[in-house]
Amino acid sequence: MEKAKCECGHVNPYGTVICESCGKPFFEEEKALLNMRYEGVARRSQTYNKTMIDKVWNFFSSVKVGIWLIVVTLLASSIGTIFPQEMYIPPTANPTFFYEAEYGAIGKIYYLLGFHDLYNSWWYMLLIAALGVSLIICSLDRVVPLHRALKTQRVTRHESFLQRQRVHGVSNVDDSDETIEQAQQILKEKKYNLFEENGNIVAEKGRFSRWGPYVNHIGLIIFLIGCMLRFFPGMYVDENIWVREGETVVISGTDGEFFLRNDQFIVDFYDDTDERFQDALVRAGSPIVRKYQTSATLFQRIDDGVVGREPELVEVARHDIRVNDPFKFEGYALYQYAFKQNEISEMSFELEENETGERFGRIDVSTYDPETIYDLGNGYKVEVIEYFPDFYFDDDRTPASQSRIPNNPAFIFKIFTPEIEEGEISFVGIQTNQDINGENTHRLRFVDIEMNHVTNLVVRKDYTLGILMVGGVIFMVGLVQGMYWTHRRIWLQKVNDEIWVSAHTNKNWYGLKKDIEAVVSKTELTMPIDSVEEEEKKS
Amino acid sequence: MDQLSQLSSNLLLIAFFLYLAATIFFAVSVTGKKFKNKAGEEKNIAGLLGYSSSIIALLFALGYFVTRWIVAGHAPVSNLFEYTTFLGIMMSLAFVILYPIYKTNVLGLFTMPIVMLIIAYASMFPREVSPLIPALQSIWLKIHVITTALGQGILAIGFAGGLIYLLRVIDFKKNDKQVKAIEFVMYSMISIVGYILISSIFSGLNYEAPFAYVDEKGMEAEVVYHLPPLVGPNEAVPLTDEQMTPFFNVHPNIKSADLNTVIWSLFTGLVLYYLVRLITKRKIGELLQPLLKGVSPQAADEISYRAIAIGFPIFTLGGLIFAMIWAQIAWTRFWAWDPKEVWALITFLFYAAYLHLRLSRGWHGEKSAWLCVIGFAIIMFNLIFVNLVIAGLHSYA
Ligand code: HEM
Repeated sequence: MEKAKCECGHVNPYGTVICESCGKPFFEEEKALLNMRYEGVARRSQTYNKTMIDKVWNFFSSVKVGIWLIVVTLLASSIGTIFPQEMYIPPTANPTFFYEAEYGAIGKIYYLLGFHDLYNSWWYMLLIAALGVSLIICSLDRVVPLHRALKTQRVTRHESFLQRQRVHGVSNVDDSDETIEQAQQILKEKKYNLFEENGNIVAEKGRFSRWGPYVNHIGLIIFLIGCMLRFFPGMYVDENIWVREGETVVISGTDGEFFLRNDQFIVDFYDDTDERFQDALVRAGSPIVRKYQTSATLFQRIDDGVVGREPELVEVARHDIRVNDPFKFEGYALYQYAFKQNEISEMSFELEENETGERFGRIDVSTYDPETIYDLGNGYKVEVIEYFPDFYFDDDRTPASQSRIPNNPAFIFKIFTPEIEEGEISFVGIQTNQDINGENTHRLRFVDIEMNHVTNLVVRKDYTLGILMVGGVIFMVGLVQGMYWTHRRIWLQKVNDEIWVSAHTNKNWYGLKKDIEAVVSKTELTMPIDSVEEEEKKS
Repeated sequence: MDQLSQLSSNLLLIAFFLYLAATIFFAVSVTGKKFKNKAGEEKNIAGLLGYSSSIIALLFALGYFVTRWIVAGHAPVSNLFEYTTFLGIMMSLAFVILYPIYKTNVLGLFTMPIVMLIIAYASMFPREVSPLIPALQSIWLKIHVITTALGQGILAIGFAGGLIYLLRVIDFKKNDKQVKAIEFVMYSMISIVGYILISSIFSGLNYEAPFAYVDEKGMEAEVVYHLPPLVGPNEAVPLTDEQMTPFFNVHPNIKSADLNTVIWSLFTGLVLYYLVRLITKRKIGELLQPLLKGVSPQAADEISYRAIAIGFPIFTLGGLIFAMIWAQIAWTRFWAWDPKEVWALITFLFYAAYLHLRLSRGWHGEKSAWLCVIGFAIIMFNLIFVNLVIAGLHSYA
């Protein structure tokens, strides 16, 4: 591929539009303003278009394509908010029916098209991935040549380069060296960097802001990579534990190394006599929670962790876990997530003779771990034959348990008395006490119940957070760098007996012109013309 | 405590009238050419007075903010009234920062009424101090909300600049798509005036129309309308004799009272809009255009772009980054695809597209101004619609 040799002697890469060194435009078509984007450098995407790789490269390096990707992602994302996503429908609802039942035919279509889980769909992921690829290629395509061009630029510019800048003017002054010297002084005060060559100068400021977009794109890429790492095992733990008050459980996701004891769980409501919030509390109609808190103690297992052996634990730390105040340890974090109040922890019964009402002792049955035999002495004994923590009738109309959680505890007891040695069977649950054979002489009368609070904690470990944070910080740095600073250049050049003033900025022309005004007001230079403004005045 | 809370409301009220004063001063400074001829420098003074009023208004508004913070014990950005008011205040702050750079009085003439409109709109929501549920009790939430509102306030100046540009350059004689679109924007803003007007009238009359109805779960429920019911809730039964019967009842999934309010607002807006057109025999945009004669379109374009260039990073920081930090701490995950989050992402992507279109595809002037209008519409949509209709984690209701 041939290189473009400029009359100033600089050899430019093939595809260059404006000489990197002296700024001579290679295409002299009209007198229109120069397109200063990327300094007119040769970019790979504009130069090669032969192989498959070239084509892919060119596709993704196009900003037009990039914008389309952004817009399509935007539109797709908005579709996902029309109806609630799968994760927000009631946990018991079956999505297959939920959307149709709730939203009719449109809901059904929504579900069939997979919009109910849009953000996890393959095509949404693909869209994000394409955005990432586009970011990388597009940035590489531009940053390398742009960097070279800004580094090799010379002070003295070709006349047509100067003429074809948006801000350009010609001044006749008495002493051009003197004027340039004065201008230099003023621009220095304005924090411009000055470069001189043959008495011509270029004052430049904020070049680093040109790297802003690339820095922010890098941040964005790092962020996207961080998001992708989440799909690799080991990077990310998301577990969920229920812990009853007083109970110690192993923390899932920690390989059995850590245990947690729930010392106390409290729910605290806003005081409805609090004047400040009275109106709001009345409007809400029900109490508003002020605080959920699990006071927890963390233990670490110090034995070798053989299965079945009682673990040897040492206390490591204590923390009051609240919403917005997780318990952090060893890269893990425990979050207060949900709770269940008033779970039945113990039911108490008294053994009673049906006829006389005489009582023969009391048993306290734990709903978590009932004993098999409760001996009341004097030949009175109760055996737990079967226990259903979460009782219901299954499909065959036989008693069964839905879960191991004591939501609805029920027992089959066998009662032994000195008279009846083979025992009498009864079925006892909440608000039910059935005599299975219909001829029992004794029964267990329900007398007391103990409740317990259960807290629900989310266990998380997320090694990607650090990467995301780095990505986010770099992104913000790049954003600020590119948006809050601008790259301004003012050329002052002696041409014949005149001084030509031309200026360029990548944004904020208003600020640039104010800088020039400061120079003009104190020197013999005249204000250069902003051709865009000029155009406007004409029309 | 009660006194302080009274003081807080009064400060906001005073601020509101100062914004009005600023509007009037800016109007004089823009139209007051005649004054200038007689009294020389008068014109500049009106602009200066306008700017001073807006600064004093901002100070009073911040006074409201601080006193209310003291009363509530938490930053007053936790319900719709508080957040929307704060957005208006932040827009005026953005104006106060940007005005000295460009010194365009027209910007004040457009920004101040929008600020007033936002604050008046906010005051239609329940104004009581609400207690914070545990998830909202976080310093990160305050940082997130305050930064986001500031970002949105600055982006809103971009909208004002875009509007100025369009009203300046559009040729109203053509009656083409652009004219219709800009008239629609005007009508939308008038509808907000309509909403404030009609709600105030009926609340002044203490109007109430209670209904018994069947809600989306099939349960019996009651709802009280504060505007005459044009549409009723599902299987509505009026609970008083004198109230008007709705024309029809809606599906239980739709919040009928809100829909009713929207219909009333649009209708009142329409009446106001045509009233103005009937009296003046002009389109709204046409009425405003003479005010903008002295404005350089190119300068309006630059101001709106500058506002967006400044607002975009702040919005990104507050609306996405701080939001993620807070979500990670409060909800255990930094991103949950909650509608409000998704719409913040959409806002971000939209303005990113705007910047790329401007930078690389040369979308300046009209196209760019329309994008500013759409961007602001997205922000408002997120504030109003997503909060009220699509309930999620962030729902204040
Ligand atoms: C959501 C994703 C993106 C964000 C947030 C983003 C952000 C930005 C920002 C803030 C700028 C600076 C704009 C200005 O200074 O006015 C920029 C510039 C740019 N972006 Fe992106 N961008 C994204 C995606 C892309 C994609 C996919 C492409 C590729 C097709 C791309 C190509 C460019 C280019 C070529 C520039 C101009 C660089 C220059 O002037 O030197 N961007 N981007």
